[in-house]
Amino acid sequence: MIDRTGQPFIRIRGLHKKLGWQEVLRGIDLDIWRGETLCIIGPSGEGKTVTMKHVIGLMQPDFGTVEVDGIQVNGLRERELAPVRQRVSMLFQNAALFDRLTVEQNVAFPLREAGVTDKKEIKERVAAALDVVGLGQHGQKLPVNLSGGMRKRAGIARAIVTRAQCILYDEPTSSLDPVVSDVIDTVILRLQERHGITSLVVTHDMKSLFKIADRIAMLKNGLIHFLGTKEELRACPDKIVQDFINGRADVDF
Amino acid sequence: MRGVTDVVRIPGRVFLHFISYMGQIAFLVRDLMTAFSNRVWRIGLIAEQIVSIGYGSQAVVIVTGAFTGAVFTFQTYAKFKDFGVESSVGAIVSVALCRELGPVLAGLMVGGRVGASMAADIGTMKVTEQVDALRVMGVHPVDYLVLPRFIAMMISMPILVAESITFGLMASYAVAVFGYGVPHAWFVHHMVDHTNQWDIVIGMTKGFAFGIIITLVACHQGLRAENGAVGVGIGTTRAVVISSLVMLIANFFLSILLNYIWPLGNNV
Repeated sequence: MIDRTGQPFIRIRGLHKKLGWQEVLRGIDLDIWRGETLCIIGPSGEGKTVTMKHVIGLMQPDFGTVEVDGIQVNGLRERELAPVRQRVSMLFQNAALFDRLTVEQNVAFPLREAGVTDKKEIKERVAAALDVVGLGQHGQKLPVNLSGGMRKRAGIARAIVTRAQCILYDEPTSSLDPVVSDVIDTVILRLQERHGITSLVVTHDMKSLFKIADRIAMLKNGLIHFLGTKEELRACPDKIVQDFINGRADVDF
Repeated sequence: MRGVTDVVRIPGRVFLHFISYMGQIAFLVRDLMTAFSNRVWRIGLIAEQIVSIGYGSQAVVIVTGAFTGAVFTFQTYAKFKDFGVESSVGAIVSVALCRELGPVLAGLMVGGRVGASMAADIGTMKVTEQVDALRVMGVHPVDYLVLPRFIAMMISMPILVAESITFGLMASYAVAVFGYGVPHAWFVHHMVDHTNQWDIVIGMTKGFAFGIIITLVACHQGLRAENGAVGVGIGTTRAVVISSLVMLIANFFLSILLNYIWPLGNNV
């Protein structure tokens, strides 16, 4: 399913970003191929989400370039980002569902805003998206009445309903129980296998990482510290990498 | 030495903050103009906001207008009686309500109620990433969050000002005629004789301007909220304080503009 011919779907070159006085990213180079699931790991505050936000134009780099499907994202104004945002959608850490809308209305929202006016088509596509994430029976509920896992699944449904080619997942399994985490992982895998969706996943969940990732990038000190497959990650002799994936803290109390 | 540098530094910092703030408001106005020119009217959202702003503010505006009219009549009658012109109380109350008290008090009340609500609403969406979610779906936050509120405010505010004036005059009439026994004909004659359509136009113009101020200040504070619930609280407080102060200052300059520079009707 992964298409490594031609241009990568997402191409990041020399990405630098300062937030306040802190230089969060110090020259990131990364390619993500069409149909691939690339997971970004690393200690908190190392710029994983910041990298992701550059891909969809929520942040602009200080230096460097970000291309999505051949379109240079950096330098585009908010209203010029529409072509990128038609191709890429995002699942936020807390799903970011609109509080006042039901699950169905939340999922239908991007369709209506994209100019789909046929009510039957909207209904069918919303139902199909909710079925993919197993929320077909919960469409009338408000987000406040959903569990954390259901909110994330509703967020995924909203992300896939527009048939985006790529989805960015910001910690999709954080604060979820292991069973619900597995459901989310299965949804991500199913989307990749059945629909060929390219995924960029920021995660701290190692079990999830080894289930869904094709390749893994580890950020450390604003740079890519490791980039490779799951097997290469397991076999990597680097202490920082091994400490991180095995959850070992090098502290002496 | 430190005291000397502070004399320069503190006003300098305040001035830079002011320039930065005005720049941000200017960008918001630019985005709002672009949203207008795109002509994507979200009628449902506008209607929802008209209900929230216009219908939801009825009680505060009516009560404020009525009791201001009543108290103003009490105070004016007592002094006018000393000069034997107590029958003119309707004229002074009417002009004052139309030109100043109606729009200013309605503006302050709506600023407190609606401005706080707008800032809190948008600020909560900002800190919970709902605003970013809008952007990701290709929806400009100003198009979706600010434009409907702006249009609803433009429709609601003049009506609220008119209500405030009307209930103020009704309360004034009740106090003067039923309370102090001023003859109905004298009260109405003086009121109609000294109030012209330009007094009402000035009141409506001010209401319109105050609506713009409330919406811009409140939406700006909401859109720049950060740091969770604390940030939303700070933004909400600032929205009310800044919009109230700006309205009072703007009222002074609008009064000069509409009375002397570009006079509407007779000067006060």
